[in-house]
Amino acid sequence: MAATEPRSRTLIAPAELTRPVGRFLHRFVLGTTLTGFTLAFVFPLYWMTTGALKTSAELSQPHPTLLPSSWHPESYAEAWTNTGLAGYFFNTFLLAFGALLFQLVIDVSAAYALSKLRPVLGNAVLAMMLATLMLPVSALLVPAYLTVVDVPLVHVNLINTPFAIWLPAAANAFNVFILKRFFDQIPAELLDAARIDGAGTVRILVSVVLPLSRPVLAVVSIFAVVGVWKDFLWPMLVLPDERKQPVTVALNRLAEFMPANQLLAGMVMASIPLLVLFLVFQRHIISGLTAGSLKG
Amino acid sequence: MSALPTPAAPATGRARRLRENLVAYLFLSAGLICFALFAWYPIVRGVLLGFQQVTFAQPAEWVGLDNFRRLFDDPLFATAWRNTGYFTLLALVFGFAAPFVTAVVLNEVRRGQSYLRLTVYLPVMLPPIVTMLLWRWFYDPGPGLFNNVLGVLHLPAQQWLESEHLAMISLVLVSTWANMGTTTLIYLAALGGIPGELYEAAELDGASIRRRLWHVTIPQVRFILMITLLLQVIGTMQVFVEPFVLTGGGPNEATVTILLLLYRYAFVYNDFGLASAMSTLLFVVLGLFAGLYLRLTRTKD
Repeated sequence: MAATEPRSRTLIAPAELTRPVGRFLHRFVLGTTLTGFTLAFVFPLYWMTTGALKTSAELSQPHPTLLPSSWHPESYAEAWTNTGLAGYFFNTFLLAFGALLFQLVIDVSAAYALSKLRPVLGNAVLAMMLATLMLPVSALLVPAYLTVVDVPLVHVNLINTPFAIWLPAAANAFNVFILKRFFDQIPAELLDAARIDGAGTVRILVSVVLPLSRPVLAVVSIFAVVGVWKDFLWPMLVLPDERKQPVTVALNRLAEFMPANQLLAGMVMASIPLLVLFLVFQRHIISGLTAGSLKG
Repeated sequence: MSALPTPAAPATGRARRLRENLVAYLFLSAGLICFALFAWYPIVRGVLLGFQQVTFAQPAEWVGLDNFRRLFDDPLFATAWRNTGYFTLLALVFGFAAPFVTAVVLNEVRRGQSYLRLTVYLPVMLPPIVTMLLWRWFYDPGPGLFNNVLGVLHLPAQQWLESEHLAMISLVLVSTWANMGTTTLIYLAALGGIPGELYEAAELDGASIRRRLWHVTIPQVRFILMITLLLQVIGTMQVFVEPFVLTGGGPNEATVTILLLLYRYAFVYNDFGLASAMSTLLFVVLGLFAGLYLRLTRTKD
């Protein structure tokens, strides 16, 4: 599996590639894929980034220009201040990091209990959590919204509070599942040794289990931040107060009024944190993807 | 070495078990509360809501099958199912084939693989709203990029989002562009796990590349293919952001999908009962589909 190993044998034999026809075909396929992918996936990003540097007049010309005829980097600063994007970014950060914190604390302790403390009915609890993964998200949209409007038993209204994002985010069966599966691999002897040294249950979690679980904690954290950052429908529903909305919801609302170049600048800025996150943590993101797909 | 701390109450094992369970459930409590409030209770409530009339003013009232009757009376209901079915079908044609072909090709190229893997995943990292706003601009009949490219190629301009025939296809294109990265990487990981000896053996038996693809590659990743197909159908049946941002359901309701209609019922008309009846139906249909699909594709092993 490791990428550093010499390539293992794939569909096409090395010998087939060294023949002239094979070599030509390989170069041809490689060339078209490289160009095709660059055009399809990188060019739109280039278009967005440079589009923000053009004037609105240039943007509405019938024939688009590949390079801005005059450069206007100030549209980024204008978008940041004039339309209040700074505030919406702050909201997004608040929502994302709160959700991260809630997910980590709640899901880690749940997974720790299920994996290492093994209470009675633990497996039933896990099964009930996993069952929520089978459910289409839309089936919960209306009842979850009504729950947020009036939380049962305590009768609090969470609309326009960040808790409307944070708490539902913590009910994440995928997190509990991959955390538990990772904790399961930590040998019981290690925990016993810590216990003999006098460590309590919390101490064992903090000083033995968590330090060993860095890779899986990274996966959970990245997906928590990315999930909240990309979300649109749910925050639009539970945060109707415009001053509290994250940047995704705000952009869609402002798209009608903002000058085109500022809108594009806003879109670029809303994407940068996630793109940087991906470039830095590619490995973790890919391992998280494959952890999510059920292996046969 | 410090003296071993003797267990607090060695007398009864039962007391110890009880204490251990208490501690465990203490750790679980926050999770249990979150799941109960935002997953388990809403599931039950969602089904019940379908049989109720809900307004914020009065307590919910039981109306039996009224909501379902009203659903079937709404001509848009059938339209939404038809549109969603069409979207799902198109999304399967593009969204299922494209990532597999891409993954097979990426697995074979000897150079630039990490660059290709990176680029195909870039759109996945964009917030969907950014993707939609960007593509809305590409589709623009005036300064839009697509019509300009068509113009350069001397092809007629298209009404991407304004034509009843093209609008849904335009939505599928965006959706495929935005989502194929995930599936591609999952396939790529699966392809990387195929033992090379299988290919060598097939080659010794004189199997051509096409036959190797058919008899080695596909059977080896069959399980992943099956599961992603199922997940894609379930996912695309719930398409929302694309029609919401790009077409608003138009032109002439040609892109009204189930979830867009559900959104209108619930959050435009505040008819939560009607919306819940609709999501219950969707849930039942998807559940039946998943059950049937898994049964039909089950292998003997």
